[in-house]
Amino acid sequence: MGFSPDDLIILALAIPLLSAVGIFLASPWPNIREGVTLAGSLLLFVTVASLLPTVLAGGRPNWELAEMLPGLTLSFTVEPLGMMFAMVAATLWPINSLYSIGYMRTNNEGNQTRFYLFFAVALSSVMGIAFSGNLLTLFVFYEALTLSTYPLVTHAGHAKARDAGRVYLGILISTSIGLLLPAIIWVWHLTGTTDFVAGGILKGHIDGPLLTLLAALFIFGIGKAAVMPIHKWLPAAMVAPTPVSALLHAVAVVKAGVFSVVKVIAYIFGLDILASAPSIDWLLGAACFTVVVASIIALQQDNIKRRLAYSTIGQLSYVVMGALILAPLSLVGASLHIVAHAFGKITLFFAAGAIYTASKKTDVSQLNGIAKRMPITMAAFSIGALSMIALPPVAGFLSKWYLLLGASQTDQYLAMGVIVLSTLLTAGYFVPIIYAAYLKDEDADQKRDHGEAPLLMVVALSLTACGTVLLFFFPEVPLALAQSVGVITP
Amino acid sequence: MIMEHLPALQVVIPLLAAPICFLIPSNRLSGLFATLVSWIAFIIAIQLVMTTRDGSELHYSFGGWAPPWGIDYSVDTLNSYVLLIVSGIAAVVFPYSMTSIKREIPASHHRLFFTSMMLCMAGLLGMTITGDAFNLFVLLEISSLSSYTLISLGRDRRALTASFQYLIMGTIGATFILIGVGLLYALTGTLNMADLAVRISSIGESRTLQAAFTFLLVGFGLKLAMFPLHLWLPNAYAYAPSAVSAFIGSTATKVAVYALLRFLFTIFGVEFSFEAMQVHWLLMPLAVIAIMFASLVAVFQDGVKKVLAYSSVAQIGYMLLGISLFNITGLTATLLHLFNHALIKGGLFLTLGAIAYSVGSTSIENVKGLGKAMPYTMAAFVVGSLSLIGVPLTVGFISKWYLILASLEKGYWPLTIIILISSLIAVIYIWRIVESAYFHPRPEGSKAVQEAPLGLLIPVWVLIGSNVYFGVQSKLSIELATIAATSLMGGAN
Repeated sequence: MGFSPDDLIILALAIPLLSAVGIFLASPWPNIREGVTLAGSLLLFVTVASLLPTVLAGGRPNWELAEMLPGLTLSFTVEPLGMMFAMVAATLWPINSLYSIGYMRTNNEGNQTRFYLFFAVALSSVMGIAFSGNLLTLFVFYEALTLSTYPLVTHAGHAKARDAGRVYLGILISTSIGLLLPAIIWVWHLTGTTDFVAGGILKGHIDGPLLTLLAALFIFGIGKAAVMPIHKWLPAAMVAPTPVSALLHAVAVVKAGVFSVVKVIAYIFGLDILASAPSIDWLLGAACFTVVVASIIALQQDNIKRRLAYSTIGQLSYVVMGALILAPLSLVGASLHIVAHAFGKITLFFAAGAIYTASKKTDVSQLNGIAKRMPITMAAFSIGALSMIALPPVAGFLSKWYLLLGASQTDQYLAMGVIVLSTLLTAGYFVPIIYAAYLKDEDADQKRDHGEAPLLMVVALSLTACGTVLLFFFPEVPLALAQSVGVITP
Repeated sequence: MIMEHLPALQVVIPLLAAPICFLIPSNRLSGLFATLVSWIAFIIAIQLVMTTRDGSELHYSFGGWAPPWGIDYSVDTLNSYVLLIVSGIAAVVFPYSMTSIKREIPASHHRLFFTSMMLCMAGLLGMTITGDAFNLFVLLEISSLSSYTLISLGRDRRALTASFQYLIMGTIGATFILIGVGLLYALTGTLNMADLAVRISSIGESRTLQAAFTFLLVGFGLKLAMFPLHLWLPNAYAYAPSAVSAFIGSTATKVAVYALLRFLFTIFGVEFSFEAMQVHWLLMPLAVIAIMFASLVAVFQDGVKKVLAYSSVAQIGYMLLGISLFNITGLTATLLHLFNHALIKGGLFLTLGAIAYSVGSTSIENVKGLGKAMPYTMAAFVVGSLSLIGVPLTVGFISKWYLILASLEKGYWPLTIIILISSLIAVIYIWRIVESAYFHPRPEGSKAVQEAPLGLLIPVWVLIGSNVYFGVQSKLSIELATIAATSLMGGAN
């Protein structure tokens, strides 16, 4: 087909939006409506995948949409990090759609048209974030993602969902308007540009404590990265249907957060200028703190989704930590972790949703002996858990390896210690689940007789589990992309 | 031929059309006629913007009497920009009101309504375009008197007290303005604005001049609802018929801000207003208090219209804050917000009118469950709210961007924080309404609700749609605001 790489950017943004329109029009016919979702998601995957060769070859396709403010355009540029993020989201959307169809129909959820519609809009926002060429564009789509996921979080419509929605919107909007927006305007005021440039744009414009302040505004302003204390929205978002938690609150939304952090550090600040900022270690400390504390909280959660949510918070801060270690190798690790964690965590959520759908069980303490009834689901769950703990042969090992290498390169012993400690803690909250599922006997008062969840869901979680393993054996593409993040290309 | 008379026609057409409107025997025809006139006014305003957008000026002398003796209409970028706002809002509100007043105003009063609306529009357009200080006062009275009538037409009996309250406060304001203009005349012997500017700059220390300045500042402060002179506004907006809230809420205060700018920058001049009188140190604290106080009060209101009314007081605070920053970016922010806030509040008040039409009331209690019952209206409300909060891709974001940039340029970072905090308070007071609409069922025992008719929905979506359009394609508004701000600031240098 005769699309230039620049056209592909337009398509990547437009396909999910057009799908949303199609979903709306097809709302009276659920099968056609879901057909639109699947077709849209596959088309998006093909589109994003066809951008890959260009970017790997060093190309940087770009497209300008409109001049929003004088000198400030809504513009899109595809660089390796964005490519990687877009690729992850575009790969997982079709799989997640299969899963959603199984989940939403089996559980008889209401308002399904609204659900698929906002899901598609959210994916369009994700593409916008991934391909954003400057801070303004990033901010626009960042807010669009918050707003389009709000109806998904509050899908159930009851008082609990409304309250969770308040926390979700309250934290994400107040941090983005209160901290991120002034940070962006500050950058614009200092440099007269907000473009993402490899090596950063701030050199020579700001230094000293103000530089640290600006970095802090960005890191806490990007609330989606869930660095403590800006993390409460993520457990709150777990009230959403599981497909939302899986794709959005384990992959798209939270990855949009850490992606933005990495992007800002690599392309706005630049590693060397940030290394000169006084007390920048405090920010690294905040990320380390989050890793450890989130893991400890996860240990105490009995609800499966909440345990996974706190695990996500911890894992996200790995990425922030990787970026703040400020070594090229740790940046590779941070970028890789975006991919690795995505596949592992979505598998875990898929499994949790499958368990709920088949057995209506939501708590860890109810899982005794469940592996006999749901062998495939629990196998996939175990693979996801191994990836979180970071053992070979699954994807999580690779990213953590690079993080450790980067930390040792810059003698960040605190970070190294935290990585090791949190590996133990992660094992601490996942191994008991696996142990109970496989080795304990089923409780005697078992009310429901059930087997695996519906086929579509099992297929989806098997696919992502396979993906987690395959990434370990064939990491070439993400690795190549990760290694060129922030590298200054002539 | 007709082109050179455009400045006069801008005001004369609606002024003459008003009595004709009253004489038309049919309510429907009278409404259509009013709509037609508002569209003509809008087209003329567009023409004037086109001719002055390069920064040039148009002059028109009534009856061929050359200024400073005759009445002079002078149109520069600033005038035409405000004319565009006023007539543009009118062009949307007039057709809307043909449907909306059916359930709000008894049929016997419909022609009176259109006549008053037309007079109000003529007055506001005239205030904006005139180059004569006394003429400005006369047209201000025309617009004010007709707006007292319009507010009193609200179906709630409290509309009468609201109107009376506004009448008292408005009259005090107008009197202050008249005294101010009178003092200026006594001092300089001229009423022509350009002439005044020249003569005032050559007067040195003068108690009379300072008194005139103060009278005018307080007078316009009352008309534009500057804190603490805003007390008339919440009730007037809340109890007026919806179309009136939308029209007055998005134009009357804007024109008063324009008049204040004209006096501060053009007539008194930057040197006198800002260096001798230090007016920005008066405006800044008042603006800050307005922003914080009115936003907080808005959180605790039970009626949606009251929420929006208090929010308007806060938004006027933004405009005054932009002036008080006293740099080109700040003034641009003020002018942009004139335009953007007109779109935001116009759109939101029209949405409320659609709700009032279908449900009968706009208390937060009555909005419950409307997300399902009136999906298109409530969707418009949500988009308008996002614009009010300042979410990107809406006009609210553009205003906020400039205001924050201006505060950073000055290095006044506490102001940045205040602007941001008040945006967050806006999230709170708006989201109460959104939650009420989407998370609650209709109140027990309430009647079934139907979506608003197209006659209301189309105007609503035109204004709400332009919130998004001008939020992305902001070139026009930013360009006009920047030119106008530069000429205001540079006018005295």
